[in-house]
Order: sequence, then structure tokens, then C-alpha cells
Amino acid sequence: MSSIWADLEGLLPRVSKPARYIGLEDGMQIPEHEPHRVAWLLAYPDTYEIGLPNQGLQILYEILNERDDAVAERTYAPWVDLDAELRRHGLPLFSVDTHRPASDFDVLAFNLSAELVYTNVLNMIDLAGAPIRQVERRDSDPFVIVGGHAAFNPEPLADFIDVAVLGEGEEVVGEISAVLHGWKAHRAASADSDGDGAPTRADALAALATIDGVYVPSRYEVTYADPADGESTGRIASVEPIAATPERVEKRTVADLADWPYPKSPLAPLTEVVHDRLSVEVFRGCTRGCRFCQAGMITRPVRERPAEQVRTMVAEGLQRTGYDEVSLTSLSTADFSDVEPVVQGILADREAEAPVAGCSTTINLPSLRVDAFTVGLAGQVNSGRRSGLTFAPEAGTWRLRQVINKLIVEEDLYGAVESAFAQGWTRMKLYFLIGLPTETDDDVLGIARLADRCVELGKRHTHRASVTVSVGGFVPKAHTPFQWFGQNTREELHRKVDLLRQATRRMGGVNLKWHDPDASTAEGIASRGDRRVGAVIERVWRDGGVFQEWGEHFDLERWRAAFDAEGLDLDWYVFRHRAADEVMPWAHLSAGLHPDFLWDDWQDALAESGVEDCRWTPCYDCGVCTGYGIEHVVASPVAPAGGSQGTGQDLDRGHEVPVQLVGVGR
Amino acid sequence: MQSNVGVRLRLRYSKRGKVRFVSHRDGARLWERALRRAGLPVASTEGFTPRPKLGFGLALPTGAESVAEYLDIDLHRDAGLDPADPSWSSYTAETAVALTAAMPPGYDVDVVVARDPASGSLQEQVNSTTWELSGWESTGPGVEPELLESATQRLLAADELFVERERKGRRRVDDVRPLIRDLRPDPTGRILVADLVTTGRALRPSELAELAVPGVDALAIRVLRTAQWVDDPSGERVEVIEATALSAPSSPAASDVLVTSGPASTHGARS
Repeated sequence: MSSIWADLEGLLPRVSKPARYIGLEDGMQIPEHEPHRVAWLLAYPDTYEIGLPNQGLQILYEILNERDDAVAERTYAPWVDLDAELRRHGLPLFSVDTHRPASDFDVLAFNLSAELVYTNVLNMIDLAGAPIRQVERRDSDPFVIVGGHAAFNPEPLADFIDVAVLGEGEEVVGEISAVLHGWKAHRAASADSDGDGAPTRADALAALATIDGVYVPSRYEVTYADPADGESTGRIASVEPIAATPERVEKRTVADLADWPYPKSPLAPLTEVVHDRLSVEVFRGCTRGCRFCQAGMITRPVRERPAEQVRTMVAEGLQRTGYDEVSLTSLSTADFSDVEPVVQGILADREAEAPVAGCSTTINLPSLRVDAFTVGLAGQVNSGRRSGLTFAPEAGTWRLRQVINKLIVEEDLYGAVESAFAQGWTRMKLYFLIGLPTETDDDVLGIARLADRCVELGKRHTHRASVTVSVGGFVPKAHTPFQWFGQNTREELHRKVDLLRQATRRMGGVNLKWHDPDASTAEGIASRGDRRVGAVIERVWRDGGVFQEWGEHFDLERWRAAFDAEGLDLDWYVFRHRAADEVMPWAHLSAGLHPDFLWDDWQDALAESGVEDCRWTPCYDCGVCTGYGIEHVVASPVAPAGGSQGTGQDLDRGHEVPVQLVGVGR
Repeated sequence: MQSNVGVRLRLRYSKRGKVRFVSHRDGARLWERALRRAGLPVASTEGFTPRPKLGFGLALPTGAESVAEYLDIDLHRDAGLDPADPSWSSYTAETAVALTAAMPPGYDVDVVVARDPASGSLQEQVNSTTWELSGWESTGPGVEPELLESATQRLLAADELFVERERKGRRRVDDVRPLIRDLRPDPTGRILVADLVTTGRALRPSELAELAVPGVDALAIRVLRTAQWVDDPSGERVEVIEATALSAPSSPAASDVLVTSGPASTHGARS
């Protein structure tokens, strides 16, 4: 039993927002550590405010603590002020639950939701007191495990991690615990005798590598070819497993979400966090097939939670936490078969429970589809002030939306916007990507035209109508049909932003916001990087480059300098189109998608041809369901009514603008 | 404006241990959640975004502890709660227990009483507060307890005491001597006890520490609020609500215990 609280307490008056280090959340657990139990320190490599709401971490926290052979606590990246204080006083990374030092744990498990946090991962391993390079770790050091979406290409972190887990963690964390539990018991027994024959760290890694979904990078050897003509860097020649290790690691998928009603005791923090409300996951996976979207590709198939279970989880979660707001989360919540009855049921439950009339509960529906049905739904859940509503058309022309397979027809888009303004909303927020494959300047300017029309529609209903256009630079991701595409340079993204600034300058009611093209460039380094990029990440970290998702700490020059110092070429990694026959760094890792499917879908994209959503239309065999013997769990056999983003619609007419718009303001 | 308000609850609570690092603003959010968990029929403001009608007292600096914090909660008229009802005292006792259970460990509700909603807010009524500043010996070599006696005499004898402050990017110098009502070392000589006036721009305990021992590491001083004072109708200075035996100051570490026994055992539900 150890806690660094007595030493930490004196430092907290000296740092910003000290409440993020004290724990005590409702839902916090104080597990009993025992020598035979595998102790997990679940780490989120960004601030507490960003990390605490993370549902994956909360789910695994509960599942592990329910086991007899494991315990789990949590840690988040200390902000730079506390990091400096800890190092000055020789104190380590600690858990927020019982303030144990990280060295008390057997596993340091990171949730990787984005690439720019990788330098924080290194920093936290170092602050934990372990060598950052896995090859230098001793038997007594924790096993460093990563999971989450970005772990589908863990190669840039290969030198720093012991294990990457592909896919959903609910089942596999138990299997990992069982292996490490056995390993610890065996080691303890050997120590009791003469110490000979005790299993080593390498033995544990070899055993872990046999678990489905578990990837042990040190058991694979990567070789590189000489640079091809005109290229600065040699491509990957081969990736070979060492000894009895699977050639290909397949992702893990939970067959039925109904078996996993977690988190049961959601964490309610003592300080304000980014999603400060209850979250209940209504389904996992998405088969809309948006080609830029890594989440939609790697989380297939669609598995809905039973409507009754959603309703129970919401009612119990609200009562337990005291929140008056709940998010029904998924990759596209309006696609949930029972979304309307569930919303009605939640509102009815809350009305019945309220101690006095007028207690309102807000239901949050993130990631909304773009159509009038959705707006009607948003109206039901949001009876109070209607300020802003967010849609993501992603591209400004029908042509480009076919390329990316975001099949929102113009009619649905304007119908949704018109309907929203008519029902009292005054501000519309529209998300777009720039730098998409085949994008022309006309496609970019289409964003401005579209926003302008939305404002015109709005002005018919309210003089306050405004549209905020938010554009981000597209970063190609592993395991998607766009993985072959060379990302736009930062100069090209800047040029496109300038085009939009010019075009929207005189458009009253249109506000333009854009994501920093430098940050998109840096994100592209690790998103499709290989093991050689690890040296760059380490150098940026040693140079003080932590919290790279935070503008005040980010500087692309630091990354460029690190590439130069390591003799590597940033442009080759980020801006280069990949060849058809190229061995991708993640070729030995599988999200279940046939390589042929991804390639064919890429070719369809270039041909401006869309595919329909396979949860309601016949299977086109992407490989996931057939390969894993699982299938969609979807209550409704038909696509939702009132516009359905390309399913069952006449796509030939997708570019047509509704008749009433013709001539307006032109 | 007060159309839907029935009775006002005023509660006295303590905030000790790890939760001393929770800011006043975050504390307000915790209370709102706790009131919903406990199912209290709190009255709401009108308008598009109704807020519960709560009256928070003077903000406690983040990092400071207190055994004398107050919160006003306006209950909805429709709940039909009446202080004249014979069951009122058991209602307030149960409410204290329920709210302690609903708040994080370290927040302990001592006592709940009824107040007329038409009477003033805590911020209007409270005119001085009492503080204990301790831990001087931990701030570095040369800071001896005897210093507190001489500092007390020096500060009380001064006609003017200037503190430089920054507000909205502008530096200004304030005379804070009028804000010091009384100052004394406690009987052990190790704790500085201060009565500070709360009207106008109040003197912060950390500022007082720096005045008392110039150059002291003020962030290392432990701060505990022990009382908040109002004038009763006769003009006499009284505590907002008298402490019960339960809330008497105990050792600072007492509420750091996570799995508690005794009065705070309502948190034992945490597994």
C-alpha cells in the first residue's frame, strides 16, 4: 500500500486546476491491490478534462475491477506545470484514484484516440519511471499497452510499446489479465524456490502474442528496400513474424452490445470536463461507408443496443450522477432504429421522476445525419432555447460527396437547413473537409456557395440567421479506401483556406473557421507512418514537444527539425501517394476489411461512384462479417424515413437543388 | 421573480481534505448535481434555460478548507414543505444526511435550517469571516512561531497597510488595514487567527500571510475558514448558523480518510 498524496498535496496549490488530480469522482473505485492481481493503470495521454469522459477507458475500468485477477486505476497527462513540479521533486506519474505511483502497476495501458498525443505517451512512460524504449525494460517494469482507434497503425510507437490491442477491449482485457496473472504467479512460485527458471518478460510477451487481437511489435521484423526512383526513402520490403507468432493480427469485436451494459457507474467528475454530461452508447459501428472515415471502417459491423437497455442505462445513469443532460452516442445517432421511441421514453421517465414540474432533461444527439427527420428529432429533445445545430456535409459539391461516399443530396441538405430555421434555430454550423481526393477549386468554392444558400434560406425565417463553416484539412488514415492518397501539403491547404476566405468575405451571415493546416500535417506523420518515425516522435518529445494537440504547445517546425536530424523526409511520409502494390506499415494488422475491398472502393471513389449502406441493402462483402462470423444487430429492417443519405434514393438526381430555391437571391 | 419559491433552506457545511482543491465554481456544479441526486424540489428561475435557485456564499479560495460554508436553496412552493410542520426537523436532518451522501467525500453538511426567502442573501448579510492560517514552520527555515506574535502587533498597530494587486491587467495599490478586524495567534502560538471584513474588495488569506511574514511562501500556508458572521437584529455579531458539535474543527487530515467511519460513513457506498 503506497500513496504519494502526502508529497503531492503540497504541490497542488502551485498548479492550475488542481481538482483534476484529486480523484473522488462519483463512480471512482478503490480497488484492493494484491500481489497475485494484475494491476492496470489506465492512462489517457491528454488532460483530465479531455480524458475523463472517454467511454472506452471507463468501460475497461469497470470490467477489470469486476475481475478477481485484476485491479484498475486511472491516470491522465499532468499539465506542464505539474509535470515540472513532479520532476523537480522526484515524484512519479500517479493514479488519481488512490495516488499510487505508476511503478505499483503491472500494466500501463494507453487509450490512443489521436496521433498528436504520442509525445505525451512517451512523456508519461518516462514519468512513470520506466525506460521509454521497450527493449530496455526490465522484468519489473510495467507492460506498456496501447488501444483505441489510432492503435490500428501502432507502428510509429513500435519501439516504445510492448503491446497494441486492435479493436474492442471488453473481452480481450480479461484474456490479457489471465495471461499476466499466470505469469506473475509462476514468477512468484519460482522466487519462492530457488529463483531459477522464472519466466521472463519475453515469455510474457510471447504468451500475449497468441491472444486474438493482441499485437506484440517486438515479435515482428520489418525490413526496408532501397529508395525507389525519385523517392527519398526506402519503402517497406517485408514484415515477418518471429517464431510462433501469427502472421496477421485480427481485430476484436464484441458480437452483441447488449451483453456489455457499461459503464454501469459512470464517472462524474468534480471539475468541469469537455463532455460534462452522461453518455450512453446506443450503437457501435457504422456502415454509411464514408471513405475518409477511419472510425466507420474499423468498427464494423453495426451493433445496436436494445432500446429498453438504453432507456434503463439513461434513467439509472442520470439518477446516479445527478446530471440533467445525456448524450446518446454513436457514429450517427439518428440511424439508431429506435431513436424516436427511446427519446420519448427518456423524456417520459424524467417527467415521472421529477420532484416538481419543470425539471428539464436535455438529450444530446451528436453526429446527426443531414435531413429533415433529424431536425424534427432535434426539435423534440431540445424544447428550450434553440441556438445552434450542427451538420457535416463534409464536401461542397455533389460530385465530391460521391467521391467520399457521403451521399447527402442537395435536396436533403437544404430541406434540413430550411426546416431547422423554420423551427426556431438561428445558427447553423457546417463541417467540411478540404484536401479530399480529386478535389478541385470549384469543389472548395462549392462550400462557400452552399453556406451562402443556407443563410438565404435562414433569412426567410429570421434576420439573425447565420452559418458557421468549419473546415479541416483531410488526413488519410490506415485501413480506409483513402489510405493510398497523398495528403495535401500545408501550402495547398492554406491556399484553399484563402480561396474560401476570399469567397465568404462579402457573404453576410457566413463565418469561416479553419483547422490549422500545420496541425493536419503533423497528424499525417503518424497516421500512416512506419517504425522509423518513432525516432522523430522521441526527438520531438525530448525537445519539449508535449501536448501537441494544444495550439500553445504545437509548432510544426519542431517536427521538421526532428525529421532533418533523423535524416528522414516528412514530405515522403505525409504528402506522397502510395503505390498499389506497396506494403503498408499496417499490412500485417487487420480490421477485417479485405485489401481488395479497400482498393476497389478507392477505385470507385475515383470514378465518383457511391455504395449504399449494407445494414439495409445487400452485403457487398467488405470482409468483416464473413471473416469474423458476426453480423449487424439492427432492429429496423429498412432505412430510416425522410431522407437516408444515399440508401434507397435516386442518386442520379443528387445534385438537384429543390425547386423553391431556384433564383433566390441570384 | 420569487413566485415559485416556497421555503428557503440554509445549510452549513464543511469542506475539508482533498476537496479543498475544488474551485468555488466547480463546487456550485457539484451542488446542483447533488440536489438532483437527492431529489430535492428546488425552485427554478424562469426562462429558456431554467437554473436552480441557489444562493452561494462568499467564495472560498481554491485550496482553502472550511468548517463554516453556507448555501441557500430555494424550494419549490408546490413541494408543500412547511417549517411549522411537526415533521420539519426530521426533514431537515434527513436532508443533511442525503446531501452529505450525494456530495463527494470531504463535503459534510452539518445542519439545515429554514429561512425566509425574502431575507437577504448570504453575500449581503455576511460582513466578516474568521480564518486560521497554519503551517508556518513548513514554509522554510527561519519562520518561527514567535514571529506570529510580533507580526500581529505590527499589523494591528499600523495605520495603513498597502497591498499591490493586479486586476484586469492593471496594477493598483490598496490600503487593506481597514479590512483587518482582529488578529491573534491561537493559544499554541502556531496558528494565526484573523477576523477579516468582507465588504468591498476583501483581503485574501494569502495576502495576509505575506503581510504577516514578508517573503513567506504563502502557497505553503494552510488556510481554514472557521466562521462567517452577520449582525443580528439587535446589531450583535453572530454566526450565520451556530455550529453543532459535529462540525467542530478537528485535525485537518481527518476528512482525507477515504473509507470513513462515524458521521461521514454515508460515503461507504463507494466500492
